[in-house]
Formats: sequence, structure tokens, C-alpha cells
Amino acid sequence: MKNKLSGFAVPYVVWMALVVVIPILIMAVYSVTTADFDLTGENFTRMGAYVSVFARSFELAIIATLVCLLMGYPMAYLMAKEGPGFQRVAMALIMLPMWMNFLLRTYSWMSILENNGLLNQFFSRIGLIDLVNHIGLALAADPSQYIPITHFQMIGTSGAVVLGMVYNYLPFMILPIYSVIVKLDHSLLEAAHDLGSNNITVFRRVIFPLSLPGVLSGVTMVFVPSVSTFAISRLLGGGTHMMLGDLIEQQFLGGAYDPHLGAAISMVMMVIVVVCMVVMNHFGEGEEQAVML
Amino acid sequence: MAKELIRLRGCSMVFDDVTVLDDINLYINDSEFLTLLGPSGCGKTTTLRIIGGFQTPTSGDILFDGVRINDVPPHKRTINTVFQKYALFPHLNVFENIAFGLRIPKVGPDGKKVRLSEDEIEQRVNEMLEVVNLRGFGSRKVTQLSGGQQQRVAIARALVNRPKVLLLDEPLGALDLKLRKDMQNELKRIQKAMEITFIYVTHDQEEALAMSDTVVVMDGGRIQQIGTPEDIYNEPKNAFVADFIGESNIIDGIMRADGVVEIFNRRFTCLDKGFEKDEPVDVVIRPEDVDIVPEDQGQLKGTVTNVTFKGMQYDIIVDFYGFKWLIQTTDLSPVGSRIGIKIDPDGIHVMKKSQYSGMFGDYSSYSEEYEEIGDVSIEPDEEEPADEE
Ligand SMILES: Nc1ncnc2c1ncn2[C@@H]1O[C@H](COP(=O)(O)OP(=O)(O)O)[C@@H](O)[C@H]1O
Ligand SMILES: [Mg+2]
Repeated sequence: MKNKLSGFAVPYVVWMALVVVIPILIMAVYSVTTADFDLTGENFTRMGAYVSVFARSFELAIIATLVCLLMGYPMAYLMAKEGPGFQRVAMALIMLPMWMNFLLRTYSWMSILENNGLLNQFFSRIGLIDLVNHIGLALAADPSQYIPITHFQMIGTSGAVVLGMVYNYLPFMILPIYSVIVKLDHSLLEAAHDLGSNNITVFRRVIFPLSLPGVLSGVTMVFVPSVSTFAISRLLGGGTHMMLGDLIEQQFLGGAYDPHLGAAISMVMMVIVVVCMVVMNHFGEGEEQAVML
Repeated sequence: MAKELIRLRGCSMVFDDVTVLDDINLYINDSEFLTLLGPSGCGKTTTLRIIGGFQTPTSGDILFDGVRINDVPPHKRTINTVFQKYALFPHLNVFENIAFGLRIPKVGPDGKKVRLSEDEIEQRVNEMLEVVNLRGFGSRKVTQLSGGQQQRVAIARALVNRPKVLLLDEPLGALDLKLRKDMQNELKRIQKAMEITFIYVTHDQEEALAMSDTVVVMDGGRIQQIGTPEDIYNEPKNAFVADFIGESNIIDGIMRADGVVEIFNRRFTCLDKGFEKDEPVDVVIRPEDVDIVPEDQGQLKGTVTNVTFKGMQYDIIVDFYGFKWLIQTTDLSPVGSRIGIKIDPDGIHVMKKSQYSGMFGDYSSYSEEYEEIGDVSIEPDEEEPADEE
């Protein structure tokens, strides 16, 4: 069994080769060649122009991941601690949106956040916009120069993009954390109590450190799709917040057709993500030691 | 005089309409080694969890040093537990597992929080590693330890807090026989040296007899008997205790007078008194208290139906008038031979009839397979009962 594959593994190996290894190799080849397939490093130097896109993508993905973590951890903890009835209902509510089409979900947010969308209509209805204008007018140094607002700008902001990511990927944070906490050996918690811990100490010194593997996979599962998303940024970011996903899409499908540059960007992104994950996993192991101090 | 430390007063526990503990009354002295002994499911763990504070009795009180502590949470009790499956923290090494309790600030007598210094923690953990023979293991991962080593870490982790009481729930259950014997001695040594009250749970009667000052025999959520190991073995209160503690032949008898009990229509002298005249009783006779004599000298006469070699002795099954006894003897009596037996008065223990009467102490199933093969004919014995008076 050591070096020989069992017969059952063969189909999977073939499948993996076809859909994972070969495509990556093709991409790698594209990333270091010109349109005529001559070897070049130019694709990588040309990428310099897009540093700001890289920066924005990582920034928004990190923010979205943090928000997911801050919202998702307490939710996962609550679910694991409450009775089975609560667990079932909560699980259904978390999963339900995931079964709806991704684009549909994102379009819905568009119609909510738009300048004359549901939220702005609601704010207008309850007089919030008038109120803001009153205050603005009163505070303005020169009232004649004051331009009243007609709506709050929500669509097309980074906030909207982050919101879209959080909405779409939050379940991927909750579920792994939940499944780790719910499987924690109850006797460990009793042992911690027995040794003198109150509930807070039990959480801090036992539950949290032992839930880190769940946190880690949650973070990975939110961060990776967030950093490479393109639909969310285009639909909710209004095109003004181009992200890596959009940039890559343009190279393959858009006007700026250049699959070699697209492949290079994809490769760089992949390397950065892999490095981030490796570092985090490492950090995660150290973290366990650090938490107990 | 030993000082009383813990008392359970009329404690009952009901889970979903099922009574798991029924009116438990028990006191535990300071520095005592007390064992809760009984078959699986009899409520030992539940009793221990009530003492540890993980469960509140449905009714009844638990007192510690005379103070009612029903509602005191586990972390405020000066009681520590060695859990059935150790429950070591997998994310911490051996040192940090043991230091866990020491790193939690304690509220001192002046109401201020006291935190131990790193030096003090290190000293106490190392001291403890020494006690449980794990010196130099501090930096090991607990997941890399053997069962016996994990066991000792669990004990050290509890003892390092210098509790007044240590609760141990079948702590040696997962260990092999040899290691188990070693650990029994080690636990006993630690208990003596540190003068801590041990409340120990086991379903292994040998372990209970070997280690305890006091044994509490439980069954069906009730205490059947409390006593020293000698009391429990020599003076079982009912058929359940007699059967659970060691091997016993339990026979129907009738108490004819103080010191006279009748079995199989024969009268035997015994030491038991205080029964009604002609009261039906259960009579316990331990397999090792039976002397084998030639058939014509026996108080009872029977046929050997099965012999098992046990190293130290033979276990033989003897058929007396259709009732099968277990007898332990160093002399071989072959299957099919006729033998007689004699029983000294102090080898006969008379017990009141109880709900357990007739349920235990019959070895007829022991040799079923052999009976099919061998031709065991029961010869009716027409002899007059030998009267010992
Ligand atoms: N939390 C609980 N809920 C319901 N039943 C329980 C619970 N804990 C224990 N029991 C029941 O109580 C009985 C005694 O259990 P336990 O005290 O664990 O026995 P022991 O330790 O002697 O084997 C068992 O029948 C068990 O199923
Ligand atoms: Mg138990």
C-alpha cells in the first residue's frame, strides 16, 4: 500500500490530472510566453501597472474575512451550545440562501442598495434624508452653497462589495467553526470547570484554542473566493472598484484580450494565496501555544 | 476520631422520569479512601458527578464540611476529578495540562485575586511530575503518551491543586492487568502520602477490596451495603452483595434457632443470631470455606460435575441434591466422584431474604455443556440429616 495505488484510486488520479494538474501546467506555460509562445518574463513586469488592483483585492478580501469571522464565530458558538431545535432552524436559515443562485442573490442586493433602491426609498419614507439635509443646511458655513442629498450612496462603494462578499461567504465561516465546536469533547469543558475555570476562562483557554482549526478553514474558505471574486465587485462595486477577478476576466473575455497576462496574474494570485495559507497554518499552530499563556 | 467531610443526605436523581439514584445517604470522612462499587449503570458516576458539582440532585442535600453545597458550581469546590477517559487538553503539553488549574487566579481569604508566580507554578508542576513518576515528560504532547502515562497526567493535573477531595471515575478501566495493579499501589501510596480523601468509582470488586478503607456497594441506584472490605466480604447484607463481591453459593435456608440454620433438611451450626424462629433466609457459603472430606464423613454428599484448573486451586462444581455449588480446593476430585463436605460455623453467613433472593449464587449454568456429555445421575440421599447440636 505504501507506494502502490489501489485500483480504486486510479479514476481519481486520472480525474485530478485532467482537471487540476494539466490546467495549471497550461496556465503556467501561458504565463511565461508571448502570444507567439516565445519564452518571456514580460507578463510579470507588465503586471506592475495593476498593483493597486492587487492591493484593493486583498484589502477588501481581508476586511470581508474579518467581518465574517467576527459575525460567524459567535453565531457558530451559539449554534453549537443551544439545543438541537435551535441548531436545526439556524442551520436551515444559513443554508437556504446558499441554495439560491449566486447572481440572483447579488442582483437582489443591487436593487436594495441602488440610489433609488429599496433602502434609499425606505430612508426617504421615514424622513431620514430630509433630516440629514436639515442638519447639513444648519451646519453649512454658507447655506446657499449647500447641495441637498437625494439619496445615500451605497451601491458602487467598497462597503457594498464587502457586504456582498460577507453575505455570500458567511456560511463558509460559520459551518466549519460550528462543526469543530459541536464535536468538542464535553468532558474537556467539565475538566476545565473542575480545575477552577469559570465560563469565560473555559472559553478562552479550552474552547477557543481547540476551535482554531475550524477558524482556519473558515478563513480559508471565505478569503480565497473573496480575493478572486469578480461578479460581486462588478455588480455592487459599480465597476469603479476593479478587483483581481475582474482584471483576469477582462484578459480572457473582455476588450483587453490577453490570456498570457491573465494567466500570469492568476499565477501570482495563486502563489500569494498559497503563501498566505501556509503562513496562517503555521501561525495557527503557534497560536495554540500563545493562547494558553 | 475521623472527621466527617462530605455527606449526602437523601439524594435522589431522576432523569426523564427514570429514577437513577434513590435516596442515597452516605458520609465520607476526611482522608478516607472510599469506593463506590457496583455494576455498570447502577449510578456510580451520577453520584460522583453530584459530589463534583456537575449535576444537582433532584432532591436531597449534599454537605461539605457541614455546609450545603447543592448550588455551588464545580469551579468553586475544593474538589478535583480524574475523569473516566482522562479528558486531557489535547492542545497543551504535559506541563501545561498539569499547570492548568494553577494558572487560574484564586480568590484569597481577603477577597483579592491571587495569581501564582511562574516560578511557583514550575516548582509545583515539577513536584507533581515527580510524584506520578513522569519526571522529564513536561514538554511531551499528551497525545503521544501511553494510556498509563495519560492516566498519571490526569491524576497529577487534579492533585497539583491540592484539593481536599479527589474523585476518580474508573481511572484504571482502560489499562491492562499488570499496569492496573501497579497503578492501584501507586494511587494508594499517593493517597496515604498526601492525606487526601479519595472517592473512587469502580465495577471491579477485587480493586475495591484491595484499595479501600470503605466500600459502598450500589445496585439499581440504591446503596446495598457500606462497610470495610472485610465487612462487605465476610458479612454481606444480601444476595446481591454476596454474589457481586467474590464467588458465593447462596442457598435457601430456614433459621431454626439462634446459631442453627437448616439447609437441605440438615442442620448446621452458624454464628448468626437474632432471626425469628423458622424464618426463611439466604445462606451464603464461600467456595473457599468448604472442606472436602470422604463421602461418609460429609455433612452433605454430592457428585463432582465439572473441574477447572485455576492455577492456585481447582474450581469444582458439585451437585448436592440438584443444586450446584462452586467449591475451591487444592486437592483434585475428578469429575463423577462422590465427595462429602464439611463447613465450619464461621463459614456460614445467614442473610435476611431480599428482593435479590433466588437471583444469584447458583452455579448450575456453569457446567451445562459438561452435563450434556457426562451422565450425571442424582442419587436421592435418604440418610437422616446430621444434627450438629
Ligand atoms: N444525563 C443523563 N440523562 C439520562 N440518563 C442518564 C444520564 N446520566 C446517566 N443516566 C442514566 O443513569 C443510570 C446510571 O448511570 P451512571 O451513573 O453513569 O452509572 P455507572 O457510572 O454506575 O455505570 C444509567 O442508566 C444511565 O443511562
Ligand atoms: Mg460510570
